Amino acid sequence: MTEATAAAPRKTPLYDVHKRLGGKIIDFGGWALPVNYAGGILAEHAATRNAIGVFDVSHMGEFHFRGARAVEALQALVTNDVARLADGQALYTVACNPAGGIVDDLIVYRIAPNHFLTVVNAANIDKDLAWFKENTGGVCSIDNESDGTALIAYQGPKAIETLETLGAADLSRLPSFGLRCDVEIAGHATWVARTGYTGEDGVEIFCAPSDAPSLFEALVQAAAAQGGGAAGLGARDTLRLEAKLPLYGNDLSDATSPLEAGLGWVVKFDKGPFIGSQALAAQKAAGLQRRLVGFVMKDRGIARHGYPVLASENGQPAGVVGEVTSGGVGPTVGKNVGMAYVPSPLASQNTQLFVDCRGKTVPAEVVTGPFYRRSR
Amino acid sequence: MSDNYPSDLLYTEDHEWARIEGNMATVGITQFAVEQLGDVTQVDLPREGESVKQGEVFGSVESVKAVSDLFAPLTGKVVKVNTPLGDSPEYVNEDPYDQGWLIQIELTVPAETAKLMQPAAYASFIRESAD
Repeated sequence: MTEATAAAPRKTPLYDVHKRLGGKIIDFGGWALPVNYAGGILAEHAATRNAIGVFDVSHMGEFHFRGARAVEALQALVTNDVARLADGQALYTVACNPAGGIVDDLIVYRIAPNHFLTVVNAANIDKDLAWFKENTGGVCSIDNESDGTALIAYQGPKAIETLETLGAADLSRLPSFGLRCDVEIAGHATWVARTGYTGEDGVEIFCAPSDAPSLFEALVQAAAAQGGGAAGLGARDTLRLEAKLPLYGNDLSDATSPLEAGLGWVVKFDKGPFIGSQALAAQKAAGLQRRLVGFVMKDRGIARHGYPVLASENGQPAGVVGEVTSGGVGPTVGKNVGMAYVPSPLASQNTQLFVDCRGKTVPAEVVTGPFYRRSR
Repeated sequence: MSDNYPSDLLYTEDHEWARIEGNMATVGITQFAVEQLGDVTQVDLPREGESVKQGEVFGSVESVKAVSDLFAPLTGKVVKVNTPLGDSPEYVNEDPYDQGWLIQIELTVPAETAKLMQPAAYASFIRESAD
């Protein structure tokens, strides 16, 4: 038999914990992960905004770059300036193809001068590994340690203080995008980074897969005492959407450039050439044809991925100018929101648009900046 | 997973329920549908006076996760719409068989009720589709 059958989704080290906690498991890009637990997406979203959400993000990919020429390799692969990092510092960046399209968005951590960690999107692990190896010519080792690494996001205004009660001393002094490799939490050795994907303060915790279940349960228990708890993929998506954090595969792709996506701040032309730098410089010089914008719905209607976006002429829907890349409800902002690539002249604040919600054209308005910004 | 399928209702394979009283039917979605959808955030329903036809789309329900069509369990004229759902779509989650009802239909083809499932049949239909 050669008939192709869909492979069973892979399980993270926390699969049994999710089941025990009442997680509703779905196949998310080949991974069996909870979309939500018993309380539902909205409750988990609110718990993260108000207290703490605990997320299993073990499906994410971890590659270790080791060797004297690791910096050189990464400088060629990514758009941001890795040479600016000191030990225990990280940055957000994208890796581009020669045409300036985005291969992936990722975080690069400097562990030591000759040792960097990259965290990449789960769906791109194989693609990225092949791309990185192909384009670094073996000047350093690149090891895919995704299977040996569990990752738990602890996000929300009470995350840091709660971790300190679990033994992570002085975590509040860890700067944004800082990493510490010596943090013991509830008796487990972890690495802790002040990063996240929710628009809240918080951390992402790396640990051994064998430690993950007991660590996750301790983290959930401590969160519950503060009004928080485990949160699934559904809340992760509404949280990141409100914070207008792009999602690879929706808002970013091989065919969109970081400049178009509003990620020009991670493109450092002055650091020297990198893959895609010529194409991006040319795109910048010529002016961007389209931009990723955020919009709020002005009337009843929820924009979903793939819905057409129309221009407005005299307050009436005109031609299709783009499509929704991400969209949905914004529970904290109390509005339905979304993102779309539109022609640059339509990308400014308050520009009127329409979204075709299954045949019903609903007015929308461009909003620059995040829909939700946490109070500091 | 809840096993909450009241005995006085008839059911469709699309997880709508109908409560028949004379030539009127009150229509909603089942506990199973609600659990699949998750948090309901918007319900789009026909207006009073519009006609609906068995098996055809009469509206949609949006949850945080996705949008789903609603299929009419029976043919008839919409005589009443649960307008409070406009402001409080969460009633569908909280109380799908009572406060979360969707529309009331005056039946024009009452014999169609024979095509709907009895509670026991619906319960086993759910069990089978879960396998």
